[in-house]
Amino acid sequence: MTDPSTASAVTTAPEEFVTAAEHAEVKGNKPRSLASDAWHDLRRRPLFLVSAALILLVLLMSFWPSLFTSVDPNYAELSKSREGPSGAAWFGYDNQGYDLFSRTIYGSRASIIVGVAATLLTVLIGSTFGLLAGYYGGWLDGLMSRIADVFFGLPFVLGAIVILSSFRSSGDTSPTQIILLVVLSISILSWPVCMRIMRSAAIAAKQQDYVKAARALGASTSRIILRHMLPNAVAPVLVYATIALGAFIGAEATLSFLGIGLRAPVVSWGVMISDSRDVIRVAPHSLLFPAAFLTATVLAFVMLGDAVREALDPKAR
Amino acid sequence: MGRYVLRRLLQLIPVFIGTTFLIYWLVWSLPGDPFSGKCGDRPCPDSYVAAMVEKFNFDDPLVVQYGKYMLNVLQGNFGETFRGLDVGELIGEAYPNTIRLALVALAIEAVIGLAAGVLTGLRGRGFLDNLVLVSTLFLISLPVFVTGFVLQITLGFELKWIKTTVSASPAPWEHLIVPGFVLGSLSMAYVTRLTRTSIAENKRADYVRTATAKGLRQRRVVGVHLLRNSAIPVVTFLGTDLGALMGGAIVTEGIFDIKGIGSLVYDGILGKEGVTVTGVVTLLVMVYLLSNLLVDLLYAVLDPRIRYD
Amino acid sequence: MRKPRWIAASVMPLALALTIAGCGGGSEDSGSNGNTGGSTGASDPDGALSAFGTEPENPLIPGNTTESGGSKVIRSLFTGLTRYDPVTGESKNAVAEKIDTTDSKVYTIKLKSGWKFHDGTPVKAKNFVDAWNFTAASPNGQQGASFFEQVQGYKDVHTEDPDGTAGPQKAPEPTAKEMSGLKVVDDSTFEVTLNAPFAVFPLKLGYNPFFPLPDSFFSDQKAFEAKPVGNGPFKFVSRKPNAEIVLTRNDDYAGDDKPKFKDLTFKIFESNEAAYTAIVGGDLDFLDTIPPTGIAGGKYKQDLEGRNGSTPYMGNQTLTFPYYDPTYANVDLRKALSLAINRQEIVDKIFDGTRIPADGWVNPAVPGYAKGQCGDLCTYNPEKAKEYLAKSGFKGTVKFSTNADGGHKDWMTATCNSIKNALGIECLYEPIPTFAETRQKINARQMNAIFRTGWIADYPSIENFLNQLYRTGASSNDGEYSNPKLDEILGRADSAPSVDEANKLYQEGERILAEDFPVIPLWNQTAQYGWSERLDGARLTSLRELDLTNVTVKKK
Repeated sequence: MTDPSTASAVTTAPEEFVTAAEHAEVKGNKPRSLASDAWHDLRRRPLFLVSAALILLVLLMSFWPSLFTSVDPNYAELSKSREGPSGAAWFGYDNQGYDLFSRTIYGSRASIIVGVAATLLTVLIGSTFGLLAGYYGGWLDGLMSRIADVFFGLPFVLGAIVILSSFRSSGDTSPTQIILLVVLSISILSWPVCMRIMRSAAIAAKQQDYVKAARALGASTSRIILRHMLPNAVAPVLVYATIALGAFIGAEATLSFLGIGLRAPVVSWGVMISDSRDVIRVAPHSLLFPAAFLTATVLAFVMLGDAVREALDPKAR
Repeated sequence: MGRYVLRRLLQLIPVFIGTTFLIYWLVWSLPGDPFSGKCGDRPCPDSYVAAMVEKFNFDDPLVVQYGKYMLNVLQGNFGETFRGLDVGELIGEAYPNTIRLALVALAIEAVIGLAAGVLTGLRGRGFLDNLVLVSTLFLISLPVFVTGFVLQITLGFELKWIKTTVSASPAPWEHLIVPGFVLGSLSMAYVTRLTRTSIAENKRADYVRTATAKGLRQRRVVGVHLLRNSAIPVVTFLGTDLGALMGGAIVTEGIFDIKGIGSLVYDGILGKEGVTVTGVVTLLVMVYLLSNLLVDLLYAVLDPRIRYD
Repeated sequence: MRKPRWIAASVMPLALALTIAGCGGGSEDSGSNGNTGGSTGASDPDGALSAFGTEPENPLIPGNTTESGGSKVIRSLFTGLTRYDPVTGESKNAVAEKIDTTDSKVYTIKLKSGWKFHDGTPVKAKNFVDAWNFTAASPNGQQGASFFEQVQGYKDVHTEDPDGTAGPQKAPEPTAKEMSGLKVVDDSTFEVTLNAPFAVFPLKLGYNPFFPLPDSFFSDQKAFEAKPVGNGPFKFVSRKPNAEIVLTRNDDYAGDDKPKFKDLTFKIFESNEAAYTAIVGGDLDFLDTIPPTGIAGGKYKQDLEGRNGSTPYMGNQTLTFPYYDPTYANVDLRKALSLAINRQEIVDKIFDGTRIPADGWVNPAVPGYAKGQCGDLCTYNPEKAKEYLAKSGFKGTVKFSTNADGGHKDWMTATCNSIKNALGIECLYEPIPTFAETRQKINARQMNAIFRTGWIADYPSIENFLNQLYRTGASSNDGEYSNPKLDEILGRADSAPSVDEANKLYQEGERILAEDFPVIPLWNQTAQYGWSERLDGARLTSLRELDLTNVTVKKK
């Protein structure tokens, strides 16, 4: 239901006419696109503004960490090991004597890249397969679902070790390559969930009257999938994606823990959290700060996702 | 319906073969020599390695190894681990524990997740909504080993409310509550969000308005019309999650010493023990497939518009 | 014959990987009824106790068990010719009446009478000779085979694969089934002839590969594996894979070190951390390795107040340079790196003081150890380190590596950081996922980073820390270090007429290591352990196992 005119015609929700009329008044008689409509709506939501500001802050941190701290995140002073927060080091020091504040700031880059890239790739693979399987059904659905089942069954640890160690040339891999491989292995092993969600949403959407109507009107397959089914299946996937983002940043920690993920000199929140494992009881601050940043970031993405979804959904107005 | 189920069941066969081969091949392609790590920090004697290689057919090409393995499996023999233990016996001991743990986790995430989701979805934005959101998100952004460890320390060590380790097999249900909570915490957040979104979306749907307009009581509108329609994505997720919970229990089982399949698989992978990993994972995939079939059948029950020929 | 006094010994290469291992299975809470508290202190001769165990790597056969998980069980089930004093580690006669030699080459071993296997058959000289021949023969593929390499005729029963196990060729069939150096004289006497005089040979006789095997083993090995029959203080009762191994006291035990409790259960845990919480909570009675979560900040001393202990053992931790990699060919660079490691600080901060900084390549607990063999090169000195670095002209990145599944990350990283801060060069820690892969890379000489090596002595002698590690082509010379001068000194030491003279020569050899620096000594190991409130007199033996002779279980 991307086309506002069709949408109003089908759902006949009275408030939509009102909104459309309002907009029409401001902008002359040319009806605005859904996107600009959504944008107009978004700008006035405090939820959106707060989450966007948070995300911008995190992005800023990951692009220019030096704006926030002048301490080298890879400089460790073992004598200060596990010291608590102080004026000199706001977040204190970890087990190795690294400055936690500096590492938290610098850690945002790898975490965000891994989280966002892995989520995008997972959603991309999963949605494509899910939509196709859901739309066409039959043997294609069967085949794709079974492939998904097989991938789903692969233990994450097994798949990740095999993928990461076979694509990694003996030891000398640049941080960029490692990040890429981490993203790739997370996505390859996670897409089936997204596919199942998309597939079920697509199956449900296929039965809807407006899809039948569109088909009856002779709309092409791609148009039906992209313009009618996709927007309606987007909500559950968006919910999954925003939460998966947080989970993927954590999954990266698991990989590092196994010795196949990110490693020094790259810093990430996941690595910090996994490093804190053995000292949680004596130095809880080494867990608290990266975990708090991770939570806040994921929260921001979830709220943003919520706001965008509501703005895009004409029914929810 | 019957034909549909039969067809789905027949599809299990190629998936079974595909999975076993894929897993066998993956374990086989893990780097390292499984026997050179078995003598501690010193090299193993060549004669020991040679004897083990011979015993476990490691000299054969992959396909031959796999063929020999499958022949044994078809005769109900899952083979022997490098330690000389019977894999079938190990799996038989371990599976019930993992299934119990996964079921407890599923129940916890479904109950808490659905309740929180329905509540926040109906109420809409507000303090409660934000509280639920933040607390569930806090849980998912912490890796399982952290949540598990913290709960074990506080509830077990400090408060002495729970036993720190489960150990017993089959694991008693009441001991699995906290481990189940830890295992299910990630999905709990997701179930909450999914339910909330679904409810919020369907709240405004025509059929709800119609039902309300007909004068049905609010409880019936929510319970019968709204919940049933909002359940599809949630049920999908819960169905697929059972398998994921079983496979993802490695860390939780390790922390709480639950004698499940998690560490069988993990050790198998680290030790390059294809026989164990293949046996366990294949059964895991069967669980996925059956629970997926169940979910697909549930669609038709939940949404009468969906029909299987 | 001389018997040097010694502190600790072990054949168990401690694979730390084991601590995160362990599998599924079942377990019943036998033997531990939780924390009873308020006990009277009187001991219960029929008490039961549970000790931490890991799943044995191989079926329970003495000659095939050299790792700690199986060793604990084997050593409870069997008693050898000699046994080691739990505290001093001194080798004492057990099944042997006397071990005589005049030239350290031919040993005549006389057995005590009255020793019986658990199946009632007597322990005869034949049981030792058959067991040793079985273990040494290469077609049987036993892990402990190499312990017999000094015995005459070993080469005839144990053949080597000409191109290694990876190569297409197979090891040739051995020409003999029995070692010519072993001769049964009568039921209670046998004679062992070695290839060459080897004075420390009798010290080895208390180890697993030297245990006797009953006749039933040779008639039905499968049945034996399912229910091992030994001659030791405990009898096998049952085994549940990945859950527990249950033993009970052997009331017909002929030794004078009878245990003072009845049932012994080795409980196998999913992780060392889980075992730790179990011992704190009272669900486990003895834990021989406290995990890092308990060590960090000395937490275990609070968690297990009045029921924890710490004891040094004969192992050390070292960093080995891959000699085949030209990156580390410069000796000044190797010395610079050693000087740049602040051992004391790492021990204090990462290990909470539970390691002893090394001052040489030999553990202080072994006879023949000389103080300060490393000179100042093992003392942190950033200025001197920089001088050496400048001399070496090295500009690049130093890399460290080891297996990621063994919990070495913290100290490896700290060591790296110490070097980085002291020398101002880049240092990276690059782990390898599994122990198997690490071991394979080391064996194939494919390491391109400085790697972790650890050594736990097989027997208490300086010789064991040199011959097997630094001699050209020695079995555990993982770095491919070679210096003909050292080989020559070690050769002279081996055939020295007395142990004292030999030790002097070995020490001279150790000083060559200080010149060549093929390996950086880091620290010597200690073990931390804990027990439940139900036990009295729990302590760790020199072999890092629960001392079964001393511990008692309180009456309920």
